[in-house]
Amino acid sequence: MVADRVYTETAQRARAALAGVQPAPGVAKPDPILLADKVKKNFGGVTAVDVDHIEVQRGSITALIGPNGAGKTTLFNLLTGFDTPDTGEWRFDGRSLAKVVAHKTASMGMVRTFQLTKSLTKMSVIENMKLGATHQVGERWWNGLFPFRWKAQEKLIEQRADQLLKRFKLDHMRNEYAGTLSGGQRKLLEMSRALMTNPRLVMLDEPMAGVNPALKQSLNEHIRGLRDDGMTVLFVEHDMDMVHDVSDWVIVMAEGRIIAEGTPEAIAANPAVIEAYLGAHQGKSLLGEETPS
Amino acid sequence: MDWLKILENTVSSLVGIDAAYFALAALGLNIQFGYTGLLNFGQAAFMACGAYGIGMTAQYFDVSMWYGIPIALAFVVILSLLVGIPTLRLRADYLAIVTIATAEIVRLFVRSVRFKRFFGGSDGINSFSTQFRDLSPFDPSKQYGFRPFQYSGYTFWTLIVAWCLVGIFGFVVFYLMRSPWGRVLKAIREDEDAVRSLGKNVYSYKMQALVMGGVIGMFSGMVFALDRGSVQPDNYSRDVTFYVLTALVLGGVAKVSGSIVGPMIFWGLYVFSDNTLRELTRDGGISVFGVGLLQKSQVGPVNYMLIGIGLMLLMTFRPQGIFGNRKEMALDGR
Repeated sequence: MVADRVYTETAQRARAALAGVQPAPGVAKPDPILLADKVKKNFGGVTAVDVDHIEVQRGSITALIGPNGAGKTTLFNLLTGFDTPDTGEWRFDGRSLAKVVAHKTASMGMVRTFQLTKSLTKMSVIENMKLGATHQVGERWWNGLFPFRWKAQEKLIEQRADQLLKRFKLDHMRNEYAGTLSGGQRKLLEMSRALMTNPRLVMLDEPMAGVNPALKQSLNEHIRGLRDDGMTVLFVEHDMDMVHDVSDWVIVMAEGRIIAEGTPEAIAANPAVIEAYLGAHQGKSLLGEETPS
Repeated sequence: MDWLKILENTVSSLVGIDAAYFALAALGLNIQFGYTGLLNFGQAAFMACGAYGIGMTAQYFDVSMWYGIPIALAFVVILSLLVGIPTLRLRADYLAIVTIATAEIVRLFVRSVRFKRFFGGSDGINSFSTQFRDLSPFDPSKQYGFRPFQYSGYTFWTLIVAWCLVGIFGFVVFYLMRSPWGRVLKAIREDEDAVRSLGKNVYSYKMQALVMGGVIGMFSGMVFALDRGSVQPDNYSRDVTFYVLTALVLGGVAKVSGSIVGPMIFWGLYVFSDNTLRELTRDGGISVFGVGLLQKSQVGPVNYMLIGIGLMLLMTFRPQGIFGNRKEMALDGR
């Protein structure tokens, strides 16, 4: 399945860094950009997330997988401040993020996308992009009336937005309403808009959901490109081919806990993972040894 | 039927004082509702802030009219914070419920006997506009303008001030909405979680929009109060908010032109149909084959019915309003 995978230089570096790491749940990494401890969240009587320890290696592409309801998206929400955990502490790049509200995490360099794409449909593609830039002078209302105070910065932002649009092959849609884009293009737009914040950690929630196979390949390329540019990527995905293709490390969640970690190859052969996905404890598996995709 | 008179009245109502203060209120509401997506159903309360701010300079504080502006500004900010702090974190519909209630509370508060000393109770506050009248460079006993735009000196002065304010705030809103600040507001209207994920403090932007829309609404209330020369609590009831909202939707939301022309057309239609019905019933009611259709005394309510039907037709056939963007409208619900 991964026979003809080509490793770029950064991919090799990321894999070399992770080579010595034991494939065990909650294992320590040599250079974590994000680490969380005892993060717990209950919804009523249901424990949605109960993560003892998790670390994400800097400069790597880490996949977060698990069956539906495993708590992946909830964990994303907790880490980015969109939801508050009952207990727990987590640090991003050495700074504690507990009780930091959602909009501050983004300006600290940690940006996320959403499972259900949130493109701002009634705004043009380029306006969507420009919105992403942080620390804009003209976003203070008292500066809004005086274009000379923000025009220069706006021009720089627009240049950067245009470069990103070109890279994500959206430049021909530049002035169209975002609402006219296809589902896959919206995923691309959301990803490139997130990059406008100059993040160090990009968290993608199901980047492949609803994207056609042809576009999936180029999305894969884009995600690898983020690592090549020095960013760290953490993504939630159900598409196992994609997880195999792009990730350097895989973390598996089930019922709110981390049940396994390891390289994609190790995870594919891990019996605990197969059990979590197929429920082998209920008796014999109907689908044999194959992982679902 | 005196068609010429009907037409004259209609045309002059297009630029009348009612259209002007509605336009100001609509401009403010447009920032909140049109651009930011905040369902403020209590614009009348912000207008009351302006009216009472200026009224109280004569009633309670006994100071120059100009102190009315800072007093009213303080009222607007306090009101916005009171309404906004608990509700702006919630979904938009909560704000709608709370603002309707707030506007009623404000009205009942200022008309209460307990606070008559401050707000004049149900009689309101009268005779505070002499200072404003004295500023007028026009002779109050003379007529100014040309037919059909002919006004007495004082009305002419008020009209000029009112439309200047509309012009100033029209420009302010237009330029603000083209700035990155306006971009954030429009994005909040679309999806506030997306905006939050990009590092913007959504709560703070919503509060700014609420205050700014309220301040423009405050000037609307001031113009209205100065024109009448009196402040009556019942002039700031729910109806006002909904007429302003109607006028705004008629013109087209999220457009500066819409929030100015919408109120003009709203009042034009109102005066046209009111005058026409009055002319028709001048010599007694209308009856067909002995069945009475319309009495003179029924003109008022029937007029509102006709306006209602007209607006329903407009919403059916042109939901984006006069200046609204059809393409934007079509992107809804995708």
